Amino acid sequence: MKNRENYRKERIDRCIKARSDDIYALSSYKEMWYLIFPRVVPIIGIAILAYFLPLYWKKVVITTCIFAMLAVSWDFLSSCGLLSLGQALFFGIGSYTAGCLNHYFHFPIYLTIPIATICGGFISTILLLPVIRLRGIYFAMVTLILPLMLARGIEATHVFGGNEGITGLSPFPNVWVELTFIIAGMWAALFALRRFISSDYGLIFVSIRDNDRATMASGINIYAFKAQALFIGSSICAFCGAFMTHLYMFTGIPVFTMEFSILPIAASAIGGIGTLAGPLLGAFILVPLSEILREFGSLRVVFYGLVLVVCVVALPEGIFHYLSRKYNEMERWVRLE
Amino acid sequence: MAILEIKGVTKSFGGVKAVEDVSVNVEENTLLGIIGPNGSGKTTLVNIITGFIKPDKGSVFFKGKELIGLPPYTITNLGIGRAFQMVKPFFHLPAFKNLIVPLSSKRVRSTSGGGYGDKDAIALDILEEVGFERDSSVPYKTASVLPHGYLKRLELARLISLKSEIFILDELFSGLSIAEVTSILPIIEKILFEGNTVIMIEHRLKELFRIANKVIVFNFGRIIKEGAPKEILEDEEVKKAYLGVEV
Repeated sequence: MKNRENYRKERIDRCIKARSDDIYALSSYKEMWYLIFPRVVPIIGIAILAYFLPLYWKKVVITTCIFAMLAVSWDFLSSCGLLSLGQALFFGIGSYTAGCLNHYFHFPIYLTIPIATICGGFISTILLLPVIRLRGIYFAMVTLILPLMLARGIEATHVFGGNEGITGLSPFPNVWVELTFIIAGMWAALFALRRFISSDYGLIFVSIRDNDRATMASGINIYAFKAQALFIGSSICAFCGAFMTHLYMFTGIPVFTMEFSILPIAASAIGGIGTLAGPLLGAFILVPLSEILREFGSLRVVFYGLVLVVCVVALPEGIFHYLSRKYNEMERWVRLE
Repeated sequence: MAILEIKGVTKSFGGVKAVEDVSVNVEENTLLGIIGPNGSGKTTLVNIITGFIKPDKGSVFFKGKELIGLPPYTITNLGIGRAFQMVKPFFHLPAFKNLIVPLSSKRVRSTSGGGYGDKDAIALDILEEVGFERDSSVPYKTASVLPHGYLKRLELARLISLKSEIFILDELFSGLSIAEVTSILPIIEKILFEGNTVIMIEHRLKELFRIANKVIVFNFGRIIKEGAPKEILEDEEVKKAYLGVEV
């Protein structure tokens, strides 16, 4: 290295966003590659992984994608100031909607999933509409209770198959369709939400999280916006639920288990809250990790917990925040004037 | 006719009467100053006007329309803008994106035709008006890293972008240096010059009394004196309650 005394280390932000999102990027191949690289690599990477892995791991990728979507939706809701502990609620409602449509009305699979997505979002929004004025932990408590209530309600009243659930639903033709379907859905949800939340309309959702009183004092009906956010977030979960129903050809009380609520939060915490892509990354770390740790038997939870703790302590901001900061910064030595 | 009529507003929190039987008329295109010791009910009155708190009794009329019972966003859309004492920017957004939120409100959309896409340019114009240097990086910085002075200006910019008719400024000058205050004063004078009405809660009496048309003095939730700045300064009761005996 040259004589360091006359040099200083300069750190600059590439700041592409501030200058222009579109035109500037097209001015050179280098800048285009700079933008495309972090998007294309995971897309291709997951596609290759998914299609060339053995069948067991293909199934793991499918489960991971489902949890990744739940995590993205959780992060979207939290970006709008809706702290949810009840992804299982949205997930379960989607699952039961698809199951019932298929079982009682014999709707084909390509109808049940879209209908369950929309209806699931709609029903979840209606259910939570009375408590949409609540903030933070109070809203979270309601979302935590509702899936438990629904599960016990179904168990007690024996509707929709009661304890046994509904079995023998129509499956997907083969594993390739399953894979393509869920991976496409996941990327669509991620990129659509990321674009949406950085649009002028999406900024209003972020502003509600930052300060709902100031948003109200800006003439925005925050309850209408919260309801919209709830619909979008819960629709994504309902889609996952409907997909899983047909994947396992079964729907029942297990769709309301806490795992569907808690794992997305853990994934968001280690991936980086508020980025949407971070939770997806987190899910792709946590879910396969828990599969790999299976051979440790009872120690699995210990190692799993250890990884979680290390991640949260070492990178409290989240892995994605860290990576994107390192990627967007350039460091170079410049001569002192 | 008064643009804002406050009639017999009362509000108590538990046993404390925060605001008791307050009636004020605010004339159009004037600057009303509200002063009083801490905890005397000034901010509670503002919260009642802007719909954040429901009063126990009384009513507020804006251009003859009753405001009590309306949610805060509807009152804002009617044209009553309110700056918070504790600045409340959207911390995760860049300064100019902070203004996208008020620019997306019903009021602005209905008055400007709601053209989509040029909001950034409007936001930058307004920020320049309140003293964000356009060619520097300040308007593009995230609100969480901006100094206090800029955040106060941002509050003001929010009200300007809403095209408010009544600007309620709750201790806008608190925590600002004299230099900053003197640079914000012309902005307030310009707002008045454009035909708007301003209500200022302020502890900086020197600056306030220079521009106010009328001043009311609060103590223990009641108005103890109402009048032109000069009369207020000479009033014995006010001196005792607020200004200190030696002035």
